[in-house]
Amino acid sequence: MVNSFSFAESEAFLLLLTIGAYYVGVVINRKVRKPFTNPLLIAICLLIPVLTSLGIDYEHYEKGSHAISLLLSPTVVALGYTLHCQIKYIKGNVTRILLAITAGSIVGVLSVVAICLALNTPHLLMVSMEPKSVTMPIALGITSRTGGLLPLTAISVFICGIFGSIIGPWFLRKIGIKSPLAVGLAMGSASHGVGTSRALQIGQLEGAVAGMAIGLMGVWTAVVIPLVEQIIK
Amino acid sequence: MKGVVIILLFLSIGELISYLTGGFIPGNIFGMVIMFLSLQMGIVKEESVSSVSKFLTKNMAIMFLPAGVGLMVAYEIIAENWISILLNITMTTLLVMATVGFIADKKGSDNGK
Repeated sequence: MVNSFSFAESEAFLLLLTIGAYYVGVVINRKVRKPFTNPLLIAICLLIPVLTSLGIDYEHYEKGSHAISLLLSPTVVALGYTLHCQIKYIKGNVTRILLAITAGSIVGVLSVVAICLALNTPHLLMVSMEPKSVTMPIALGITSRTGGLLPLTAISVFICGIFGSIIGPWFLRKIGIKSPLAVGLAMGSASHGVGTSRALQIGQLEGAVAGMAIGLMGVWTAVVIPLVEQIIK
Repeated sequence: MKGVVIILLFLSIGELISYLTGGFIPGNIFGMVIMFLSLQMGIVKEESVSSVSKFLTKNMAIMFLPAGVGLMVAYEIIAENWISILLNITMTTLLVMATVGFIADKKGSDNGK
């Protein structure tokens, strides 16, 4: 019993499961090009039952797959390069971009507060959901400082990303937003990295501004949340 | 390899700045800004960071997977508060998108393309 589980819980096997599940997602996505065949969504739907049936708990899985999560922080740094490459398309729109994202981060946090107050949601949950439009490492950083539940933040950020990347392009078309700059910014600021990866499929400029929006949205939200929390108190 | 060292160096400097400024803004954001400025000012050459940066940003989605699997332990939190979570995520995501989209999409004056 113990021996068979020690193999299933080895780092190599957990990495194989993780990357393998994602690869299956990519293959399915290539075959069936639909928003809901999102590789990430498929990988999660595969991994959870597999881990559960192998008796691997999340704590163990998280430890084993830590190497993958660890890459997020350097990736945020690497986005500085993406921004550098696309800056020529962005110059001249700086004021508008800053204005849009400042408004976006304020609306993002306040709308969570408003919905939570209206539904009488516990403060702990509200705090955990406030940074949901922000890229994972920043969101987790914000929540660990405000004392929220890290798993709930991770989930909110995550579902937010998937939801936005599936619904976003359709929704933006419906409300008549067409310029690549606006589409990219909207996708990146509402749905961070996952939205950015979707924006990249629409176009290079969309992807680049979405990448920039991740950073700006992250910084602004990190500033807005403590202020809002102070006001609520 | 050089690119990896540069990224980790900027990340570390970013973490240090974050620590010195009270952790208000995470270190990786400072790292991103340092990366951007270094490239703009020519302190770092594009070639030295391009391949590793492209690799990382291209594979960004998979880095969310371990956190996404966290859904399996959050079952109780979700089950108890699913209305709030569902409403928050759908409504606010669309609100943020519309807000940012409308402000950024000033018709006629878009020289972004």
